[in-house]
Amino acid sequence: MLYDVWTVFWRDWVVLKHRMIKFILSRMVAPMLYLVAFGWGLGRSMPPIGGGSYIDFLVPGILALNSMNISFNSITPVHSERIYHKSLEEYLVAPIRPLAFIIGKILAAVLRGLISSVIIVVLAYLFGANFMITPLFVLVLIFNCIIFAEIGFGAAMTIHSYEDMGRFNTYILLPMSFLCGTFFATDKLPLAAKYFVELLPLTHTSYLLRNIGAGHDFSLLSAFVLALYMCVGLLVCIWAMRKIKE
Amino acid sequence: MIKIEGLVKKYQHKNAQNKNEWKTVVNDLNLHIEPGEIFGLLGPNGAGKTTTIRMLTMLTQATSGEIMYNGLNVKHDQEAMKALIGVVPQQINFDQDLTVGENMELHARLHHMGKENRRQRIAELLEYVELSDRVNDNVRLLSGGMKRRLLIARALIHNPKILFLDEPTVALDPQVRRRIWDLIRRMHREDVTVLLTTHYIEEAEHLCNRVAILNKGKLIALDSPKALCERVGRYVVEWDALDERDFRFFMTREAAAEFAATVDAATTIRRSNLEDVFVELTGRKVNV
Repeated sequence: MLYDVWTVFWRDWVVLKHRMIKFILSRMVAPMLYLVAFGWGLGRSMPPIGGGSYIDFLVPGILALNSMNISFNSITPVHSERIYHKSLEEYLVAPIRPLAFIIGKILAAVLRGLISSVIIVVLAYLFGANFMITPLFVLVLIFNCIIFAEIGFGAAMTIHSYEDMGRFNTYILLPMSFLCGTFFATDKLPLAAKYFVELLPLTHTSYLLRNIGAGHDFSLLSAFVLALYMCVGLLVCIWAMRKIKE
Repeated sequence: MIKIEGLVKKYQHKNAQNKNEWKTVVNDLNLHIEPGEIFGLLGPNGAGKTTTIRMLTMLTQATSGEIMYNGLNVKHDQEAMKALIGVVPQQINFDQDLTVGENMELHARLHHMGKENRRQRIAELLEYVELSDRVNDNVRLLSGGMKRRLLIARALIHNPKILFLDEPTVALDPQVRRRIWDLIRRMHREDVTVLLTTHYIEEAEHLCNRVAILNKGKLIALDSPKALCERVGRYVVEWDALDERDFRFFMTREAAAEFAATVDAATTIRRSNLEDVFVELTGRKVNV
């Protein structure tokens, strides 16, 4: 089982190695724009939030939304491997457990999510942000990558067309990127929207990263919510792997 | 080697009235395939050949029925059964982001082969299909014939005991087709059980010990290719009648030529093929 997880991960690592420079450069663009537009542009005219500058508030949010987008989008090529290239079948006819495939793919997405997070951390420090990186901070990032890799996997295995995969990005990830406590606190939202947004995992990731990064106490409930999403996500992946054989 | 009993596959689909309905794609299929046999599964498009192969290779779950390889049952021994089989799919399904060598390496790793073993086996097979010099090229750069050869080479890396080939020579030029036939014959000499699907009776005649003919999901004939063709007559005389192409079957070329001389139209004498067998067995033309 472990060897099979490694094989699946190895394939994604080989592909990433082919494109490492392109991957790193392209991952710098969006965070740079966020930091320039919201950190420098808007942030300099905003009052300090919770004792820190807006850029200190912003960086954990960017890390949360970026790790979400990267881990989700790292796993979505499985969709074209399933629908168009059919290369997924190579795994399905091999003597490996479906769970090994799921875990290998998720780990590869986590790796990509973490590499892009490192890029943001470096850029954020260059932009003058102040935050601490602790093992717990990294663990929350890993949890976030796992959750959205699982969601990406579930979507890639069940959605039928390439256009619908794009719509998933537009209707789910994009609104979450902006509303889940990333650029502003959720209590600025109308009450019903605030409660809804606080049910979403990205809100808890933003909250946890911001508090851990600032050295404050954090809510165990948020950590529990992420763990719950992670477990449910894994069950969805297992169900999706079974469904494709029907 | 391969035992299929009461195999059924039903899919849900929307009928002409836009209502959900179950469609039976494979209907109560029973087959026993002997070790070392080259077995052909023939039939027109939509006959259920690919669905059968997909069930046999565990890509699709059967609605009911039993599939067994050497006593292993698909219901509870899937991993052990997958280790026994090699699959050459109808659609070329390489990983588009990997090179030729990396695609082969991925397959070998998925079959738990050790480093030295996989290095040696990949080199040997690439040489056999004359693609050694393309090892570092992306698979997208290969021609159609090269991709087909590589698909077979990939399926053989882990020395499978059963090889499934779904339309292995479709849309290939005759040279490549013959080359692939040679590969299949070599597998046969090495005691690999081969199950292939094909549209071409000629392919089945050249390769298969026995063939099964499927039509609309049902097995309608099971015999050697020679015996199947002899059922309808080995030769056909074709000519343009008033409003359609007419034809008649003959057991010998001489009898066919003798008849052709009596027809007051341009005639063609040819060997009987899959469609002819179908006409005889089902009483209508294929896919009409």
